[in-house]
Amino acid sequence: MRKPRLLYVPFWATYVFLYAPIVVLVVMSFNAGGSPYSFEGFSLKWYGEFAANAEIRRGLVNTLIVAAGTTVLSTVLGTLMAVGLARHSRSRLLDAIGVLPAVLPDLVLGIGLLLFYVWVQLSLGLHSVVLAHTVFGTAFVAAVVRTRLTHADTSLEEASRDLGATPVATFFRITLPQLAPGIAAGALLAFTLSVDEFVIAFFTSAPTEPTLPIVIYSMVRFGVTPEINALATVLLAVSFSVVIAAQRMTRLTESFS
Amino acid sequence: MLQITGVSRRFGDVTALADVSLEIRQGEFFALLGPSGCGKTTLLRILAGFESPDAGTVTLDGADLLGRPPHRRPVNLMFQSYALFPHMTVAKNVAYGLEREKLPRAEIRSRVGEVLEKVGLSAMAGRRPQQLSGGQRQRVALARAIVKRPRLLLLDEPLSALDKKVRAEMQLELKRLQHEVGITFVVVTHDQEEAMSLADRIAVFSAGRVEQVDEPVALYQRPRTPFVAGFVGENNLFGGRACSVGLAADGLGVLPGSSDMPDGTSALLAVRPERVRLAPADAVADAPGVLRGEVADVSFYGGVSHVSVTVPGRQEPVLAAVQGATRTLPGERVALSWAPEDGVLVPQ
Repeated sequence: MRKPRLLYVPFWATYVFLYAPIVVLVVMSFNAGGSPYSFEGFSLKWYGEFAANAEIRRGLVNTLIVAAGTTVLSTVLGTLMAVGLARHSRSRLLDAIGVLPAVLPDLVLGIGLLLFYVWVQLSLGLHSVVLAHTVFGTAFVAAVVRTRLTHADTSLEEASRDLGATPVATFFRITLPQLAPGIAAGALLAFTLSVDEFVIAFFTSAPTEPTLPIVIYSMVRFGVTPEINALATVLLAVSFSVVIAAQRMTRLTESFS
Repeated sequence: MLQITGVSRRFGDVTALADVSLEIRQGEFFALLGPSGCGKTTLLRILAGFESPDAGTVTLDGADLLGRPPHRRPVNLMFQSYALFPHMTVAKNVAYGLEREKLPRAEIRSRVGEVLEKVGLSAMAGRRPQQLSGGQRQRVALARAIVKRPRLLLLDEPLSALDKKVRAEMQLELKRLQHEVGITFVVVTHDQEEAMSLADRIAVFSAGRVEQVDEPVALYQRPRTPFVAGFVGENNLFGGRACSVGLAADGLGVLPGSSDMPDGTSALLAVRPERVRLAPADAVADAPGVLRGEVADVSFYGGVSHVSVTVPGRQEPVLAAVQGATRTLPGERVALSWAPEDGVLVPQ
């Protein structure tokens, strides 16, 4: 059957709409000139510039600390939650509430957490951002692992019990290896989400310890420089590769089962 | 050895098991036979420990079994799906149960090697389950269960996932292995031929109840309930009332059968197709118990042919099995008869 050519127009227009801004950003990061709006030749100088910027470096280190802490906590808690929900609970309500923080508006979560921290008199700093990011990170990990668990064969766990393994041994030797690809995918997801999270970090961080998105935000307030473009391009590259890795892992998981 | 007493289990409105009592003997190959949904798998899962009954007791060698968790029962289950661990090699799968017993490494290695030899898979020890054929996976599942030397081995539809040729092979293999290792086997199956050829004794289940427990030949020759008469093998069933020479059948007169039932009891008369004598209509004189009809269909199965005959006064055709090929053709008029001892009366 002949495909109507006209339908390709909105199709490609959508792609241009989605990716043109990103292409512009990446191109402008290699701009030799100082204006963020007109391209004056190829150069890597802005990459050198941001690498030399102490404030950015500090933000980057803070962000990596937060992302690493978030990933570890979210992965452990999220996996345990998914196993609990899938194997030991029949409540659909709990199931729904468990993954709710993943879709809660960041603003609500950010304000809520800040109020909660004040109430329990928790000091603000990187640790408070880690806890805040762990709230939604856990939900994302739980959602990913949970899907994997519903597809997993419960007879493997029964076979393990039948062969004399205690419930604990069964969890570590059978359940966990079965879930490993899903857990890894969830961990990568939690990491990327934490790296570029702004709203919640804005509310729950200490002014003295800003994360990278907050540093960028405060720089952009005084105008976009190609330095920011270069930084954004690097972040983009990191996020893309991590997300693609996560997707490949989930696909691997599915073909496995 | 295994004593099941008054076991019942309900799932909501569905009765999976209703007051089931069975005794399984040491070294026996025992089959639980029934259509799907009759409760036989539930009973198997109760024995393995993945399900608990609402009422009743189960003892193994006189000791209570139900109070123990699955990993502390000297009972192993071979799953219908085999449930091999995909992230372990064949040898690791087989060793898994022994490692959980914390046996010395050398003993584990020798027992795994021994059992793989027994099922003919020594060459596959380093492979993953995904790299094996259906029949090989089944052998691994079997090896993984028997290496534990359980008191009781439970097998859930062990041959259902295999194609016909491999199934026949594995059937012999299972029997040989059971003989060799001397473990009591309890197999669940919906396939009556499988049950008949494998088992020493069979319990026929229907709707959560045990209909009859017997040796295969007795089950085939002397069904004691209408369900067993209809489920185990092909049978011609006639409804009516028992009388001194057999059955006063509805609409067909008196049919020959052997009975010790009081006259007038509502009963079924069961006659196996291979016991029905088929003759040209004019070769047999009219006598009580001789049915006349017209051949509706002839099916040739190689060693045996099935001739179905429409008999006036009866809705379903009467089935007669003849050795080899037959010259009878559809449309022919025939006479059907059988010896009184081949008509089995079943109380209804």
